[in-house]
Amino acid sequence: MQKVMNAPECPECAAPVSIDADARVSEIVECLDCRSELEISSVTPPSLTLAPEVEEDWGE
Amino acid sequence: MRSGRRLAVLASRVRFEEKQIMAALDRRGATFVHLDPRSLVVADGVSRSGFVLNREVGHYRALYAASALESAGATVLNSAAATHVSGDKWLTTSALLAAGLPTPRTALAMTPEAAVDALDQIGYPAVVKPLVGSWGRLVTAIPDRPTATAVLEHVAALPSPQQHVVYVQELVEKADRDIRVLVVGGEALGATYRRGDEWRTNVARGAVSTRCDLTDVHTKLAVAAAEAVGAEIAGVDLLEDADGHLTVLEVNDRVEFRGFQDAHEIDVADVVASHLITRAEA
Repeated sequence: MQKVMNAPECPECAAPVSIDADARVSEIVECLDCRSELEISSVTPPSLTLAPEVEEDWGE
Repeated sequence: MRSGRRLAVLASRVRFEEKQIMAALDRRGATFVHLDPRSLVVADGVSRSGFVLNREVGHYRALYAASALESAGATVLNSAAATHVSGDKWLTTSALLAAGLPTPRTALAMTPEAAVDALDQIGYPAVVKPLVGSWGRLVTAIPDRPTATAVLEHVAALPSPQQHVVYVQELVEKADRDIRVLVVGGEALGATYRRGDEWRTNVARGAVSTRCDLTDVHTKLAVAAAEAVGAEIAGVDLLEDADGHLTVLEVNDRVEFRGFQDAHEIDVADVVASHLITRAEA
């Protein structure tokens, strides 16, 4: 899978996080350095926030 | 392909399934918007036409967003009514029973104290489940009365009044697996076994999906169960007891299908996208 050129920083540990070229806003990715679960808050330019904590009523 | 009505995918969290569905819509040339319910406001009197696929991970946000969007004129798939029923274990049991479908013996106790009697009636071992919740969270196996007393004391200490209504079910003796059947538009796509190291065979708890040959009985039960709760897209969970007797355990209205898709050569996301487009063009 092609990666975006400018990897945004992990908001938790500041490591660069590679995201796929076909990434979408609200997609969940993982920081491979600190294992934080992150949410893609913007694709252009790419930026990340910490993903929300799992809530009691989440599921399928 | 052009859709007759505006399409939207409602999701606060774009996981494998949502991303695949959006990609499938793109491949089919369908124009759609991604609606994030975290920023969604549906105001009284403001029309919102269109056709919305509900993939929101939070039950209450999914339910109220669907209801509000329907009130404003949108068609939501699955409907708010289907999410209301399938998102609540008792309402699901009630719908399955009304449809004459086999489901494990269940009792509903209005207080944790009354649940002791409910457990005596169901018999041990039994299971206590939260009315709303998924991924096997807080589903508790109760082997005997002393354990029941302790667990129900914890239930009584929970903060929400809804959590004090206790759903009690027989613990079906089964193999280390259950059966998940995917239903889209009244047709069963296939089935998987879900096997795990523990008695709760949820993929979210580490269970693994493997292909299961779909039988006529699986199909009949799953399609009827989806219809009973009003779900056009559903993951129906079946239990097979030691004698091979099948019961319907629950219906998932915003079904996760990664394990299913890995076990089959079926592009579930494309089937869902196709169904959405077909419904919107009807």
